[in-house]
Amino acid sequence: MRLELVKRPQRSMLFSALSPFIAFVLTAAAGAIMFALLGYNPVKALGTYISPLTEVWQLHELAIKAAPLILIAVGLSVCYRANIWNIGAEGQFIIGGVVGSIVPVLYPTYESWLLLPLMMVMGMIGGAAYASIPPLLKVRFNTNEILTSLMLVYIAENVLDWLVRGPWRDPNGYNFPQTAQFNDYAILPAIASSSGRAHIGFIFALVAAVLMWFLMKRMLKGFEVRVMGASPRAGRFAGFSHGKMVFFAFMVSGALTGLAGISEVSGTINQLQPVISPGYGFTAIIVAFLGRLNPLGIVAAGLVLALTYLGGEAVQTALGLSDKVARVFQGMLLFFVLGCDTLIHYRIRLIGAKAEPAAAQPAARLEEAH
Amino acid sequence: MEILVAILLTVATAATPLLIAAIGELVVERSGVLNLGVEGMIIMGAVSGFIAGYVTGSPWLGLLAAIVVGALFSLLFGFMVLTLATNQVATGLSLTLLGLGLSGMIGAKFVGVPGPKLSNLYIPGLTDLPVVGRLVFGQDPVVYLSIALTFGVGWFLFRTRTGLTLRAIGDSHGSAHALGISVVGYRYLAVMFGGACSGLAGGYLSLVYTPQWTENMSAGRGWIALALVVFASWRPWRVLGGAYIFGAVWIGQLHAQAFGIPVPGQVLAAAPYAATILVLVLISRNKRLTMMNTPASLGQPFVPDR
Repeated sequence: MRLELVKRPQRSMLFSALSPFIAFVLTAAAGAIMFALLGYNPVKALGTYISPLTEVWQLHELAIKAAPLILIAVGLSVCYRANIWNIGAEGQFIIGGVVGSIVPVLYPTYESWLLLPLMMVMGMIGGAAYASIPPLLKVRFNTNEILTSLMLVYIAENVLDWLVRGPWRDPNGYNFPQTAQFNDYAILPAIASSSGRAHIGFIFALVAAVLMWFLMKRMLKGFEVRVMGASPRAGRFAGFSHGKMVFFAFMVSGALTGLAGISEVSGTINQLQPVISPGYGFTAIIVAFLGRLNPLGIVAAGLVLALTYLGGEAVQTALGLSDKVARVFQGMLLFFVLGCDTLIHYRIRLIGAKAEPAAAQPAARLEEAH
Repeated sequence: MEILVAILLTVATAATPLLIAAIGELVVERSGVLNLGVEGMIIMGAVSGFIAGYVTGSPWLGLLAAIVVGALFSLLFGFMVLTLATNQVATGLSLTLLGLGLSGMIGAKFVGVPGPKLSNLYIPGLTDLPVVGRLVFGQDPVVYLSIALTFGVGWFLFRTRTGLTLRAIGDSHGSAHALGISVVGYRYLAVMFGGACSGLAGGYLSLVYTPQWTENMSAGRGWIALALVVFASWRPWRVLGGAYIFGAVWIGQLHAQAFGIPVPGQVLAAAPYAATILVLVLISRNKRLTMMNTPASLGQPFVPDR
């Protein structure tokens, strides 16, 4: 028995809409099997996994985790639509957080309402500047952007590590590798401080998603991105420049990722530490694909992936499993999404073992006749 | 002199995992498939190799388990990319993400446990020779295996008919299919060979290089191996050279940190990654040369028509 793909005459609207949901169900099923194999009651374990949805303060945590994922993924979707592979968002996130923190770290007593907007803009500039390295190397030296953007992640991690252990370490911090706590003017305000920690970084994410949806659907630039992704040759005939598109995609995604980085540092952590991201830059790749590279779909996908983080923590405390469970769920989800996307363009036909003897039948009948 | 010999010995151990993983990926890419899951397969090989070695007490069985798990894990990628024709870049990435998560979960109980270590070769007389003795006759067995593997793959790709077929598939899967060659079949085997190599590279890390299991112990080596294949313009001999250059950079930065060179440790730790970018820039600069060497079907999905 084997599988065969048969090309559909046109893309299936049905599976286009359904595939994220099928992937979601398949991931839950595979997760249940995994829990059963590890010797846990699968229903109870899955229940624990989604239990964070039942408490208000946990919903705040969900928004905190979803905000960076959505911001980064919205930017990445522009890259991936244009068939440009920025996989170094983790590094751009870190550099955005670092550059955005320059003023509150070096001038800790500067208190002004201008401080927050300044930090956000600097974070975006930092992220975009760091993201401009791979396209620069690609356009100038023809270097593969996948590998350079990924290598820059490791370099960014070391930059942050050096800063918080070296020149930026809090002098009154008992030698802990971290900067001083930011003052109140450098901290993003909470959305509803009475019920939880969620800050307006989540609003940034929603606004960015809507703006990017408008750009991609209603403006010439969005059309250009889609044409360059679907057919670079057609794009060239239309007079679009591939080099400029590579820069545009990386800079947009870098700026949004930088904003995510400084929002996380300012709103959630309130200082710089050696590690400021639990892999948001990589998880956002999954968010982008689960959201079908559509900014509005990405909002929903970001909330789902944020739940995998919280669920992983819940399973860790309740069942004593490794928090890597979250990563496993995320990896499975991406696999299933990509697999289900095949159904949009192809019909899958099972060619069973029965089919081949059936073809041989006429000869057999002939023998019977003799 | 003793120190120099010791450093050169460690250069070989740092280069070997890069070499093995890159040689495997080279075969995969020569068949026209881009597998970005090398990092994930290495880490899966590392965790399963360590556990098998720890349970059985035999590093050899550990390495065997690493190879088998690496090949099986790559099959997941193969099924998605070859049978379901999914996007190779995204699927490879998801293999890496899944591998990093799964290995962390499986290996959680084995962190910090001392495991078995593969011992170095010792040939009485030869290994005792001054200087060259230990360098030429005193490495661990996998170092020799990795060099033999490079020879073997070079011979296979450029001196056998099957190797020629594999390269033809990588350059034009459409033409190969028209000639009646099973493009998907060849590619499945190539992907599994790549997985087995990455698995072995991982097993080497957790059973020879540092005989223990720590999360994320592959530390980006899979990505460096991918860069090495580009650097080597898809030729096995150049992978050998590149791997030893990178091994030297890796070991150099460790020794520089130990000697207390007045440069922040983070600058040194970032050196291998910065060197990778530099090397990629230097080698990709010549656009025509790169286009000539890159397998023409690399990364293109292929669905046989009928």
